[in-house]
Amino acid sequence: MLEKALKGSPKYYMWIGFLLLIILGASGVYLMQLMQGLTITGMSRDVSWGFYIAQFTYLVGLAASGVMIVLPYYFHHYKQFKDLVIFGEFMAIGAVVMCLGFIVVDIGQPQRMLNVLLYPTPNSILFWDMVVLNGYLILNVVVGWTCLECDRQHLPHPKWSKTLAYVSIIWAFSIHTVTAFLYQGLPGRHYWLTAILAARFLASAFCSGPAILLLVIMLTQKVSTFKANAEGIATLAKIITYAMCVNVFFFLLEVFTAFYSGIPGHMHSIVYLFVGVHGHHELVPFMWTAAVLGIGSLCLLIPPKLRDNMKLLPWSLAILVIATWIDKGLGLLIGGFNPNPFEQITPYWPTGKELIVSAMIYAIGALVVTILFKVATEVKEETGASQKPAASVEA
Amino acid sequence: MNHTRRNFLKFAGLTAAGLCVASAGSIMAAGAGATEKVSEKALKAKRWAMVIDTKKVGTKEAIDVLAKACHAAHNVPDIPGKQNVKWLWADGFEQAFDQPNNFMDESLEKRQFALLCNHCTNASCVRVCPTQATYKRPDGIVAMDYHRCIGCRYCMAACPFGARSFNFMEPRLHLDLTKLNKEFPTRMRGVVEKCNFCVELLAQGKQPACVEASAGALVFGDLSDPASEVRKVLREHYTIRRKPALGTEPSVYYII
Ligand code: SF4
Ligand code: SF4
Repeated sequence: MLEKALKGSPKYYMWIGFLLLIILGASGVYLMQLMQGLTITGMSRDVSWGFYIAQFTYLVGLAASGVMIVLPYYFHHYKQFKDLVIFGEFMAIGAVVMCLGFIVVDIGQPQRMLNVLLYPTPNSILFWDMVVLNGYLILNVVVGWTCLECDRQHLPHPKWSKTLAYVSIIWAFSIHTVTAFLYQGLPGRHYWLTAILAARFLASAFCSGPAILLLVIMLTQKVSTFKANAEGIATLAKIITYAMCVNVFFFLLEVFTAFYSGIPGHMHSIVYLFVGVHGHHELVPFMWTAAVLGIGSLCLLIPPKLRDNMKLLPWSLAILVIATWIDKGLGLLIGGFNPNPFEQITPYWPTGKELIVSAMIYAIGALVVTILFKVATEVKEETGASQKPAASVEA
Repeated sequence: MNHTRRNFLKFAGLTAAGLCVASAGSIMAAGAGATEKVSEKALKAKRWAMVIDTKKVGTKEAIDVLAKACHAAHNVPDIPGKQNVKWLWADGFEQAFDQPNNFMDESLEKRQFALLCNHCTNASCVRVCPTQATYKRPDGIVAMDYHRCIGCRYCMAACPFGARSFNFMEPRLHLDLTKLNKEFPTRMRGVVEKCNFCVELLAQGKQPACVEASAGALVFGDLSDPASEVRKVLREHYTIRRKPALGTEPSVYYII
């Protein structure tokens, strides 16, 4: 089926070429990082994880979010998601590839990475994270590819693929839970040391992930003849809305616990993020942007009239994505490391080079997603499965 | 340093032999036999610990002497800025102990405290390390294998005492190569490092470098031996440890 990715319109080639150009150009900066070390990043002794690991965390959420389509389809036989399932699975593949990429660029001695396998250490959450992420990647590749191939040949899906799909649903929850455990089991990092972190991670993943997926699907509809089922899209938007409500609720629980108890350690990070301490206000504008956009997205998503307005929906989703990204892609890491163990603030900001290397990983992910979505849409077009719902949209 | 590498080759073999599920502790114990062969004079203990008399060594200048001795012995580079590497350093009461006190007596308020890795009994850095590059020795010392560390920095996030440093850049660029201690390796870029309680000196029957340089202000010994010097000082003085509420059980005590 992969050959389908080779034939495309000039626009398609231009997009692929553009991505390859970014990857190629940015890999020069990565080479520089390999030669000089992580000193080219803004990280420091106190903020020892930065933009890379934050993107990793955010993208694990994207990877897990495919389950919001796969679960209703397999567990509740919600047929309207039939055509979307494959996109959820392929998105997950792209997301996991990016996650692994961000891990590779983050570690100081990447050529020794196999040590994690050579000396398996079950008491390390990082070991488990590697296991679940790679497992999830394999599951999605196998299930997604097999089902698509069967669709193409008008064959029923094999029984085992369904079993694997069930496994991958449970697995999806595990990848983000384990990723939260990376943080929430560390003594002395108060912002992370909270039992609700894993739940918060899942909630934010289940709104932001499907939002990104929906945006990409809308784009796919623009550039191909594929038309997604309108009712399916409306349902997904509803799921996103619920998840975002839960996400905001969980955050407010955090705020209550910290400020009603008045325990300094619990309050400090939140105060640093939203008000600033010791004259450091680096993140304040970002966090308030996130807060305003987060509430704004809810205002646009909760009323059914606004949510079902397909002209407005992409915008509502986009601001939701920005809000959740600031929360998890910036605030979570920087707020977790600040105040540092000495109750001081060490500001962190990614350097240009750090951003370029990140762009490289994002471009690799976009390439994977483009190719997989191209194959999927071609197959859907070929089998005509997707054309019928298109008629019902116009009707 | 060589013997530590040999230990690792040893338990690499064990791992390959299918013992990979055995707990880290028992593997370390298997490796320990080799360490003890190193020298007849080697100092041994069940649990090494340090007591720092902050009344005797309580100024930045006095602690800098200790830091210099440590950093020279271990080829610790002097890097300006936020990406620095340090094994032993000075900081104030509030920073060290997480207990702000508005009305402290003046001498304590001005006092500086020597900070270093606590060689915690329940070390969170050991718990999180995905490669066992950071590991606990049977004598309580939390040691590191710089050749195995992948530089994931998980241990830095896990240490609540800020005891760990990462080699963001080539450390040799910031070392005076003419003054290197040939007995101890320099690190490569991309790995984490921290105080090692001078395992290499203990193996030769010597006291840690900072203890040597402290003129008696630092006492080092076996916590499990009631007759040891550390136990004696602990009996005679009021001491505290850093962040006891976190349950890591530091092995470094401070006489206040
Ligand atoms: S002080 Fe930090 S680095 Fe040292 S043993 Fe304890 S947790 Fe590990
Ligand atoms: S940076 Fe090295 S020592 Fe620290 S957790 Fe990772 S592999 Fe272990």
